[in-house]
Amino acid sequence: MSVPPSDMKLFSELYVELDQTNKTNEKVEAMKFYFERAAPHDAAWALYFLSGRKPRQIIPSRFLREWAIEASGIPEWLYFESRDTVGDGAETSALLLPNNTDLDETPLHTLVEDQLLPLRRLDEATQKDAVTSAWSRMNYSQRLVYNKLISGAFRVGVSQLLVVRALSQFSELQTDIIAHRLMGEWSPSAEFFNKLVGPDLEPDETAIARPYPFHLAHQIDVAPDELGKVSDWQAEWKWDGIRAQVIKRADEVFIWSRGEDLMTERFPEVADAAYELPNGTVLDGELLPWRDGGVLPFLEMQRRIGRKNLSAKLLEEVPVILQCYDLLEYEGRDIRSFDFKTRREFLEQVLDSLSGAAKQVIRPTESVRATSWKQLGKHREKSRSLGVEGFMLKHRGSPYRVGRHRGDWWKWKIDPLTVDCVLIYAQKGSGKRSNLFTDYTFGVWDGDQLVPFAKAYSGLTDAEIRKVDRFVRDNTLEKFGPVRAVKPELVFELAFEAIQPSTRHRSGVAVRFPRISRWREDKKPEEADSLETIKEMLNAYQSAAR
Amino acid sequence: MKKGSLITLTARGFYCERAGFYIDPWRPVDVAVLTHTHSDHAYYGSKRYVVTEEAQQLARIRLGEDASLSTRKYGQTTTVNGVKVSFHPAGHILGSAQVRVEYKGEVWVASGDYKLTPDPTCKPFETVKCHNFITEATFGLPIYRWPPPEQVFGEINDWWRRNQERGKSSVIFAYSLGKAQRVLAGIDASIGRIYTHGAVERLTGAYREAGVRLAPTIYAGGVTNRKEYVGSLIVAPPSAQTSTWLRRFGTQSTAFASGWMMVRGARRQRAVDRGFVLSDHADWPELNAAIKATSAETVYVTHGFAPEVVRWLNENGTNAVALKTQFIGDDGPELLDEESESSLKAETPV
Repeated sequence: MSVPPSDMKLFSELYVELDQTNKTNEKVEAMKFYFERAAPHDAAWALYFLSGRKPRQIIPSRFLREWAIEASGIPEWLYFESRDTVGDGAETSALLLPNNTDLDETPLHTLVEDQLLPLRRLDEATQKDAVTSAWSRMNYSQRLVYNKLISGAFRVGVSQLLVVRALSQFSELQTDIIAHRLMGEWSPSAEFFNKLVGPDLEPDETAIARPYPFHLAHQIDVAPDELGKVSDWQAEWKWDGIRAQVIKRADEVFIWSRGEDLMTERFPEVADAAYELPNGTVLDGELLPWRDGGVLPFLEMQRRIGRKNLSAKLLEEVPVILQCYDLLEYEGRDIRSFDFKTRREFLEQVLDSLSGAAKQVIRPTESVRATSWKQLGKHREKSRSLGVEGFMLKHRGSPYRVGRHRGDWWKWKIDPLTVDCVLIYAQKGSGKRSNLFTDYTFGVWDGDQLVPFAKAYSGLTDAEIRKVDRFVRDNTLEKFGPVRAVKPELVFELAFEAIQPSTRHRSGVAVRFPRISRWREDKKPEEADSLETIKEMLNAYQSAAR
Repeated sequence: MKKGSLITLTARGFYCERAGFYIDPWRPVDVAVLTHTHSDHAYYGSKRYVVTEEAQQLARIRLGEDASLSTRKYGQTTTVNGVKVSFHPAGHILGSAQVRVEYKGEVWVASGDYKLTPDPTCKPFETVKCHNFITEATFGLPIYRWPPPEQVFGEINDWWRRNQERGKSSVIFAYSLGKAQRVLAGIDASIGRIYTHGAVERLTGAYREAGVRLAPTIYAGGVTNRKEYVGSLIVAPPSAQTSTWLRRFGTQSTAFASGWMMVRGARRQRAVDRGFVLSDHADWPELNAAIKATSAETVYVTHGFAPEVVRWLNENGTNAVALKTQFIGDDGPELLDEESESSLKAETPV
């Protein structure tokens, strides 16, 4: 290769490769190939993007669109038609700009640090000059990557697990070490990358804010009694809140989400209680809106998350607690390899040392005892009235693993609520589904009218999606911008986890995690459910929750 | 299209009443003049078909041995009741043609499907001046701009080589009529052996009989030792993507060759490892260039992005009208050619 091997070209090629293949091995191979060739500073930035971190939007997409329209010499309406087909603004602009086969050879870190990030502070005219001149240096795939970075929409189809695997293969370090070193906040520097893939255990390994990777579970796919003796397992309520890790080290408290957001300031009551924990303690648990001895609807939690400044009123209306599942660090020592039974004993011991007030906020999650699977199954029926999703089953001998595993931990969720409803509106999807009608709005009967009840995107097979797409095209009654009103003919069963009253929805209810569970080709639209049925469901659900 | 004009759009397709023939009718008629032999343009059951000489073999495969076919050379004029009719190369697939119809100095051209990109498997598109031009608009948005075929074949060759190095076979999905042969004409056959699916092999044979030079192929149906497939290229119709037929090729990388691959979403939706932008239709610049070169007073736009192309032309000083035909829906040849694939598959031992 004649060009220096760690420039923008290498990164955009990596992006194209990752974007092209569905095969995990090929993705890992492509990343390894990249890390082997990239300079550490560039590799650090690549890793930053690959692991889902991204700079905030640097330039509003409206500006990018206007400049792309100007540069490509097409009318605005044609741009929008194009975007409807492509499903993505950054890609549409990259496709429309005048052809250029040159390659930009700027190193990735220079591009990001010297050309992209400083743009935010500049005036529009200077921004425009910078962007259009960058476009003129780049080919199609570089422009695509550039547009995505600059509009804050950069996303790559790789899981953290694959990134870790690639780094592990490249560095010849164990995946667990890499996963741990990647947790928390870090800045994309050459120094960071060298340490990440370096052989030495730095003191950095116990950086005080750094969380551990979460252990996640799959939904159980066998009858529970096939798991062996019920006494080998601990059953805990599976709460639907925000999974979090709470760290107390060196007299400081850190609260991390599973998405690796530092949320300490958003949950002051939990942080306050956590200050009482001994130094060298790491808890795994669920943050829950909690009042009068019970969990509040998740919608309440969203009020807390959505707010930047927490008012005293809100803190009082929606108090948050931590239901603790596990203890990962005890007396400053990583105890993830200990068996669950032991960790649980240590957990109870640690939480017992808290003051009375703190005990109200940080508490061990209840373990549900049963002498048989059948009995446990009976207990599980109470889930809906307790506002939980069912059980988590944890083998008493299990270590705390990294990532999603089968065998030691299982989710044993209750069946979702379901409603039969009618497809009334459809819209084209984005990304993979940009040329197909995949985003649906479903209605239920209110007298002789269908009122919108829920939106759902997933749950159909590709073949079914194509069939529905065809139906939408052939049965459009009206167009409202990108939305098509269709002949009410297709009936689908929607499943959801919870139902709440809502003033924002025309139907008067809001549902949590709606998705299509089946296409009821056997049903006629008249046979779909009515708003009345749903309101009954809501009443039953609410009274059970009380 | 006005009532009583030389060409009208009827429930059966484009019709020239004065000369008594249809162009690419979608119902059985007495005389069907075909622009090309893709299934949406060559419908079964008409009493008589007129095709180009080059399309004869393909029309036989498509319409059956019993179909009554007559052929014409490109540029050869037939006069019926004062109407002069002739075929002119459309550059779409082997034997594809634009149909020129002239009466008392008024000229209509029905272009069928066409492209301007060079393609060694068929005669290049020829501009025919006319008053009324009927054009397709399958890829009628400015996002569709084809990369040069040399570049695309470079990418295909690299992909094949790389898979070969990794001990994988390379399966490329391409419509069995036209695209598959274009792949075979452009590929570097020195890389390895090339196998074909039955549907592809049969039509490839027809291309070779017509004198088109293609890479040597082996019909995959005759292979007994599956180890032969390691490192080879397999050319298969898109309908084979979900079939168990693919399993015999062992560890494989898959690709799809189509103009739709220009957009990432369409490619991901296809769930292949690679998408190669190779189309037998005109891209945006080609559509504009072709339309302009005809000097037509009125442009009739059929399938694909017809409303968008019509608005664009009207805003830029060309009188254009959208027509609703049954050639193809928004998804264009993708859906349609799949239908033709499956009908072919039924006739062909796999």
